[in-house]
Amino acid sequence: MKKMITMLMIGALALSMLTGCSSETTGSVSTDGSTSMEKVIGALGEAFQNDTGISFTYNPTGSGPGIKAVQEGRCDIGLSSRDLKAEEKEAGLSGTILAYDGIAIIVNPENPVSDLSLETIAKIYTGEITNWSEVGGNDAEIVLIGREAGSGTRDGFESITDTEDACKYRQELTSTGDVITTVSQNPGAIGYASVASVKDTVKAVTVDGVAPTENNIKNGSYVVQRPFVLVTKADTALSDAAFKFFTYITSADANDIISAAGVVPAN
Amino acid sequence: MKKREYRPYEENAKEIQDKLLEARIEAVNLVCQKAPKREWKKYTERMIHIFFLLLGLITVGCVLLITVYLVISGIPAISKIGLVDFLFGEEWASTASEPKYGILPFILTSIYGTAGAIAIGVPVGFMTAVYLSKLASPKIKSVMQSAVSLLAGIPSVVYGLVGMLVLIPGIRILFGVPDGASLLAAIIVLAIMILPSIIKMSITALDAVPKEYEDASLALGATPIETYFKVSVPAAKSGIAASVVLGVGRAIGEAMAVMMVAGNVPNMPDSLFQSVRFLTTAVSSEMSYSSGLQRQALFSIALVLFLFIMLINATLNFFLKREKE
Repeated sequence: MKKMITMLMIGALALSMLTGCSSETTGSVSTDGSTSMEKVIGALGEAFQNDTGISFTYNPTGSGPGIKAVQEGRCDIGLSSRDLKAEEKEAGLSGTILAYDGIAIIVNPENPVSDLSLETIAKIYTGEITNWSEVGGNDAEIVLIGREAGSGTRDGFESITDTEDACKYRQELTSTGDVITTVSQNPGAIGYASVASVKDTVKAVTVDGVAPTENNIKNGSYVVQRPFVLVTKADTALSDAAFKFFTYITSADANDIISAAGVVPAN
Repeated sequence: MKKREYRPYEENAKEIQDKLLEARIEAVNLVCQKAPKREWKKYTERMIHIFFLLLGLITVGCVLLITVYLVISGIPAISKIGLVDFLFGEEWASTASEPKYGILPFILTSIYGTAGAIAIGVPVGFMTAVYLSKLASPKIKSVMQSAVSLLAGIPSVVYGLVGMLVLIPGIRILFGVPDGASLLAAIIVLAIMILPSIIKMSITALDAVPKEYEDASLALGATPIETYFKVSVPAAKSGIAASVVLGVGRAIGEAMAVMMVAGNVPNMPDSLFQSVRFLTTAVSSEMSYSSGLQRQALFSIALVLFLFIMLINATLNFFLKREKE
């Protein structure tokens, strides 16, 4: 009996391997860049691969390296979780916004504070405001949780709040999950994380009275947000496969997948 | 019974001589026939020898490769930043618009963290080893020893996770500090992580002490506890010292668990409740996104860490040798 089950399982495994190879491959498309975009680009790539049989690769290196990879021709499409800088555009790159990622400001659910202005957030993170009572909360020290230097989310947050190099973090964690866990554990903590990954264990505050919802992010009223940009060379045409991928993910059909990945589609 | 037959002596001797000659010829023939086979055996013997030597050289090669690689990739940043500014600079801001690359906070944190872990872990581990080796009943010994082995097998990320979910809030509530991620949390996690290596190694050393030593001490009227601490432990001194080396090595090299509980802010370790960054976490937390001088500086940190571990090993080896003499 046991043998039968094992045999069946092996058979099932072998079959599942076959299904993986069944679609025929015609070319490939490679992407490289922002680790924050992993979820959305992964979902898009998988759907694209299933629909067309063109193989898709994604190299999570970070926005800067991704942009550089396109420039040096090491990948078809670069992924950046910030707008292209002027000198990058001058260097012959063009950016197409794929989606908007809202960065939620999260606090512990026990914290009575539920609204902060962008200015207050900046003051909190630069150490001007150190106690929750100053912003209408309990008398408790504010514990600043952030991400490590070089992280896309940190870069996004600091550039939006204009607090670059000035944040007085109590903890610098290396993943969104760690930030959420830490904030959920400490009633005095405040942190930031992609809206997509925020769970019920923490509370996302409204910024200037605007909640981080899909509509608010898309219409720009929720200000703590950043674009997810597809970076390509302006003067060189994409390969057939890459062009197919580009049109696939920027078409309205891909919006469901983008939304399912927790970010707001731009097109 | 058969009657014994007597033959003249000469006849007998000749027969024996013939037989001897025959045997000798046969032996020579055999040797000559086997000769090529023997040569071949010698050859394979040598081949296997060389093969094993090559396998051994893989380890040596890896050490050399890593050392050379670290030195080559670690030197440029140090020469750009300046050795004194790098080692004794008190500020680390690698992605700031005016980057600062001082790693003194990391060095001090690693030293304090390791010293703290040793201060807690060694007494606990050592006493446990004495208990398990000398005092515990076989049943308790087998249960506790398998528990120790299990502790050794737990991945460091699990230590980190438990530390994050239990230890950090615990420290925050117990000491009334705003946040529990601190040097203290890292020390406690490291102390627990080095326990298995200290206990196991010390037990091996204590078990190897000849029973006669203890018997002699007991016969002279010493109590068992006196015997264990004044005879067995000094006899196992070098093994126990080696267990401390192992502990130091593991504590200073641990990255994952520490990264999850220490807070990772490059502060000077002024207090136990400060959020700190170790040499290991300085490398691992920034490596994935780093570029340019920042990345080179991370290699330099790795080089410093490497030199530290070499220094610790050399010092302890020196003490071990002196003890033996």
